[in-house]
Amino acid sequence: MAIKEVVFQDRELVCYHCGDTCPSDSISKDDKVFCCEGCKVVYEILNEKNLCTYYKLNESPGKTQKTLPLKNKYEYLDDEGLNGKLLDFSDGKISTITFFIPQMHCSSCIWLLENLFKIHPEIMQSRVNFVEKKLSVSFHSTKISLRQVVELLAFIGYEPQISFEDVEKKSKDYVNKKLYYKVGVAGFGFGNIMLLSFPEYLSIDVSSESLRTTFSYVIFLISLPLFFYCGSEYFISAFKGLRKKFVNIDVPLSLGILAFFGKSSYEIFAHGSPGYMDSLAGLIFFLLLGKIFQNKTYDVLNFERNYKSFFPISITVKKSGDEKTIPLSQLKIGERIVVRNGELIPADAILFSGEGNIDYSFVTGESAPVSKVVGEMIYAGGRQMGSSIELEVLKEVSQSYLTQLWNNFQAKDGVEFSFTGIANSLSKYFTFAILFIASTAFLYWIRIDANIAITAFITVLIIACPCALAMSTPFTLGNTLRIFGKNDFYVKNIRVLEDIAKIDTIVWDKTGTITKAGETEIEFVGDALSTEENTLVKSLVRNSNHPLSKKIFAAIEGPSILKVENFIEIVGQGIQGEIAGREIKIGGESFFKLNKTKEDQETIYETIPVPVSSEVYLSINDVVKGKYKIQNKYRDETDSVIKQTQKKYDSYLLSGDNETEKNYLVKLFGNEEKVFFRQSPLGKLNFIKKLQSEKKKVLMLGDGLNDAGALAQSNVGISISEDILNFTPASDAILNAKMFKNLPTFLNFTTISLKIIYASFCISILYNLLGLYFAVQGLLSPLLSAILMPISSISVVVFTTITTTFFAKRKGLL
Amino acid sequence: MSVIVVLILFSIMVAGGFLAAFIWAVKSGQYDDKYTPSVRMLFDDKEQTILNEKTNKTNS
Repeated sequence: MAIKEVVFQDRELVCYHCGDTCPSDSISKDDKVFCCEGCKVVYEILNEKNLCTYYKLNESPGKTQKTLPLKNKYEYLDDEGLNGKLLDFSDGKISTITFFIPQMHCSSCIWLLENLFKIHPEIMQSRVNFVEKKLSVSFHSTKISLRQVVELLAFIGYEPQISFEDVEKKSKDYVNKKLYYKVGVAGFGFGNIMLLSFPEYLSIDVSSESLRTTFSYVIFLISLPLFFYCGSEYFISAFKGLRKKFVNIDVPLSLGILAFFGKSSYEIFAHGSPGYMDSLAGLIFFLLLGKIFQNKTYDVLNFERNYKSFFPISITVKKSGDEKTIPLSQLKIGERIVVRNGELIPADAILFSGEGNIDYSFVTGESAPVSKVVGEMIYAGGRQMGSSIELEVLKEVSQSYLTQLWNNFQAKDGVEFSFTGIANSLSKYFTFAILFIASTAFLYWIRIDANIAITAFITVLIIACPCALAMSTPFTLGNTLRIFGKNDFYVKNIRVLEDIAKIDTIVWDKTGTITKAGETEIEFVGDALSTEENTLVKSLVRNSNHPLSKKIFAAIEGPSILKVENFIEIVGQGIQGEIAGREIKIGGESFFKLNKTKEDQETIYETIPVPVSSEVYLSINDVVKGKYKIQNKYRDETDSVIKQTQKKYDSYLLSGDNETEKNYLVKLFGNEEKVFFRQSPLGKLNFIKKLQSEKKKVLMLGDGLNDAGALAQSNVGISISEDILNFTPASDAILNAKMFKNLPTFLNFTTISLKIIYASFCISILYNLLGLYFAVQGLLSPLLSAILMPISSISVVVFTTITTTFFAKRKGLL
Repeated sequence: MSVIVVLILFSIMVAGGFLAAFIWAVKSGQYDDKYTPSVRMLFDDKEQTILNEKTNKTNS
């Protein structure tokens, strides 16, 4: 009962729409409390349209409407050319479009989004793909414009993400579907050939020889698509590998498949017995299953993101007084652009007019905005906070400082990388060993009986076909991938897991990686302030909207009742005012005409702007009392995670910030030479390159765009994100920040997975040796092969699945 | 020939039919989204009646 009461009390305070706590119950309707007018309006609309099931399916399913989107934010959607590129389909009357809506989180969302037609009659149908967070909408384009559809979605709290990348052609790969077809065909063949081979298994005396031959011909017919359609990719891959003088795992596999098919075809036409076709069908079927299993993909995540996926698709340009919206790709140097509150600066530019207050959290992970005054250079990637500004474009979008980092990394996943892997590295020895054994057997028998010699040669190739070997990697690592996925660690593919197991060096980014993004601590350094002085400061900062002022305001306890006179705010410098006859000033060093150190100036002008001024000074009656230090808050687990990983890996820290926190970090990393400050994005990249030239395998952890280059260069790049659906730079894996503490466990578990693979190699080789024992004597019957083949594959699959699950449980990952 | 041949051919045709059905299912996108339909089928079209039922329950 007690619990129930608490729930009821909570409910009185939280917004009926979004679940945020309400400051008061002033905004209400129909006994329901709302946190803001926006939430209330959405409720009213839904109520009017009879859509309140939305609130019945889940409690407070909405998203807060406190920050409403700008009025003309979607003006660019009226542009015809752009429109055509975004739409999936349009015949002039009816249009279909697919949106990416990351806000989707529950069944209420699905329900509401699929009932859009009840809100607006001109929307015909809307369909949700929840896993990919996609919504496809069909609408009468003559009656409702695309812009109106988007605005409607934004209004009810499901603002779609439309990015520069959407304009460039959407290419969804259908490789996955092809694999499904192949498995279907292989399964069909496997089942039917097994059935038709049954008389052979049971040695049933088939009364007429003609029936046996018919069976064999049918089997041959079924095996044709299996060999040519399902098996083709192994031949292609083996051929590609050999042409590059590389013996990959597909070479012995293809040898086996060829031997199977050739020998069996001969048997069918020469003796009318089905030969080894059933084993062949099983082999291909299991191999393809393994491929499906390893292809676990996270549809909603994007590991390949580059600047295009988070830049806007259009920009407002000002030409001779007129504002015009143009697609971003047409932006030229020298043009004057208007960037409004919350919009992104798409190209390096010079501030022409307005007060710049740029949030670079995308770039640096640091959320405190940087102030810019007219004439200063502003790098692309920042978000303007506050009133609109005008900028003059200095560089083209693709040539900007940040975007250039990507241009160097086009071909990381080239052909030469597609053949890495443990199984592949072994296959060279494996292939030569088989060929050696087969020829030895052949040479031994040729003196006695030519027939047995050929049989022995071919059956050795058949039985040594490394099916189980080829399956142990996809099943072990595929399972590991899933276990990690359950723990919010999303790895791009199984090859990355192999790379993780090989690393010996870890490079950490500071801001946003080992510190919490968006959370800061404020500390006052200097003479202790009295309660009265604190009240003075709090009263003064209340008048300012600057983020730092707000932070100081929140940090000081007590009232802020005093009246401020002669309040002045100098943008980018500080604030001052008079309270009860005392003059109080708060601001950066320049506000007090203090000399900046030379290094600080270099940081400002030469690298991506990191807010160096995370210190503000306070003076009362022209006496400097001290300074407020705004510091990043380290994650609670930072200490233990770094200490744990240091035992096994060489660890370095690369920070874009200044040295304010040097002491702590040096202690953490144990050595002054392992901690680097004032690192530019290019500096981070070069550092990784330098480590790699020392034959080190580097794992890089980062979060912002400024790490993108380093993440791409490193052997394994992991990006950390508080919200995995938000922007993350291109990387090999994405780690949810909540799971940061599990990082050592993840690293450890990948090494265990590799050991499991080696163990299952041993098992599969045991089976091969057993088969070889019979094969070299020319005694391998089709029946024996039909038993041995599936058993070895299945036992390897069962072994790897059970052991990975067992160790995952022991490590607390399941 | 024997009746068994007819049976075999017939059974392969049936299996082939299922294979075709499977390929059609993959092609038509039924394997693209394996989650949303499971939620969608639980939604009731007559939401108003449910609403009333629920309020009745909580009142009593």
